[in-house]
Amino acid sequence: MIELQDIWKTYADGTHALRGVSVLIERNEFVYLVGPSGAGKSTFMKLIYREEIPTKGQISVNGFNIGKLKPRKIPFVRRNIGVIFQDYRLLPKLTVFENIAFAMEVIEAPKRIIKKRTMEVLELVGLRGKHGSLPQQLSGGEQQRVAIARAIVNNPSVIVADEPTGNLDPETSWGIMNLLEEINFRGTTIVMATHNKEIVNTLRKRVIAIENGTIVRDEVRGEYGYEA
Amino acid sequence: MKLSTLFRHFREGLKNVVRNGWMTFASVSSIVISLFILGVFLLLAMNVNKLADQIESQVQIRVYLQLNTPAAKIDELKTAIGNIAEVKKVTFVSKEQGLEELRKSIGADGTELLEGYDKTNNPLPDSFTVDVFDPQNIAYAAKKIDAIGSADGTKPFSSVKYGKGTVETLFKITNAVRNIGLVIVAGLGLTAMFLISNTIKMTILARRREIGIMKLVGATNNFIRWPFFIEGALIGILGSGITIAALLFGYSQLVEASQFDLGLMMIKLVTLKDAGLTVSAITLGLGMLIGIWGSTLSVRKYLKV
Repeated sequence: MIELQDIWKTYADGTHALRGVSVLIERNEFVYLVGPSGAGKSTFMKLIYREEIPTKGQISVNGFNIGKLKPRKIPFVRRNIGVIFQDYRLLPKLTVFENIAFAMEVIEAPKRIIKKRTMEVLELVGLRGKHGSLPQQLSGGEQQRVAIARAIVNNPSVIVADEPTGNLDPETSWGIMNLLEEINFRGTTIVMATHNKEIVNTLRKRVIAIENGTIVRDEVRGEYGYEA
Repeated sequence: MKLSTLFRHFREGLKNVVRNGWMTFASVSSIVISLFILGVFLLLAMNVNKLADQIESQVQIRVYLQLNTPAAKIDELKTAIGNIAEVKKVTFVSKEQGLEELRKSIGADGTELLEGYDKTNNPLPDSFTVDVFDPQNIAYAAKKIDAIGSADGTKPFSSVKYGKGTVETLFKITNAVRNIGLVIVAGLGLTAMFLISNTIKMTILARRREIGIMKLVGATNNFIRWPFFIEGALIGILGSGITIAALLFGYSQLVEASQFDLGLMMIKLVTLKDAGLTVSAITLGLGMLIGIWGSTLSVRKYLKV
């Protein structure tokens, strides 16, 4: 469960990214964040995985008060949140297997379990045969699948995806969306920022629209609502 | 931390050294170059120091006795001088030996000058040569020797000489040489540390993203730091190992060659065994310190994400 209560975020350069945002996202929801570039979508997501802290207001994720978190507790909260980016952010010198296993090494999982679970998620994202490849040897869609596999390998309760299909062609994008839906179906909350009108209007979910740092629309089965 | 995690950090540190081949190469070479220059100066400083020691140790006090001092009194005085804390050795030089020495030191040109002097009309007094433990204390020791017998008013010595003035100048020079050597070595050490830590910083800058991703998947700061720490230590060991091998090989060749050339000039180099241990220990210690320092310091900067 993610809850934002009257969140304000002002950056050091004076930019007001969020102005009084309040929202409740229940367990197992699938939420699209839409809105123009610079509206505050990324800040919204960064607050969830504690890359930023709010200037004012309270935010709680899985019962943790994110704004008041002690620095040494941050890693442990992040382990319960999977993050996916437009630019994948894989470690370029590690193989596909190592990239995914890394997230499990961090939580000091036993080697045997790391191996088993990593192959399991590779199977899920359809890349079992590519476990020995380096990221640069893969297509964009495949790299995003690796990033998704890394995000879910520790069974997080929340996945935060910042334009996961932003760099991909339509067909590949649908593959990624099917995968995210499957993950959501298995019980993971998904918050996804996107500019993809077709996806939002076809795969209908809750839509939260942000403009100028405030929520202007919040619909249970919403539409994209902007010109693509 | 679990033991298996510790092993993982070691494995990961080792892998990083290999994976970041060029960066490792850059760091190791900057360590080798800086430490090599430092090592050369260190060896130079050690030898200059030894040379200074040699020169200083040749400084002696010459104590001239009053003429016709009886043998019993001479023994008594010898013991008295020997009892002074700073004195290392007292040697009696009879007036016959003194004349002999004088003849030798004047050489062929002065044979005429001393002609006609023999045992019966030797004008020289008996004397002692006194060696002290620390040549820098020679003036103090000479003063103490001069004070012998002053209590009861007997003045047993006609004069106590140690090359006053000359000795002080000599010490000034040797001390200056030592201090300059120390300053150069310390300065080079500092320069090496900055040069190397900068190179390592650059290599880690390139891995900023990597650290960011580690944080994102929930790695604790310690978990991120450890492999870098080990990587830094390995780079330090690798760099100083190469440096030590080069320095010791070079120096052994030099020592061998010098036995013929420099040996004629009465200069003896510090032995390979003596120099090798000091230089190796300093180089290895400094190399590891710099490697670890450079890498952990740079990581710390990027951990504040």
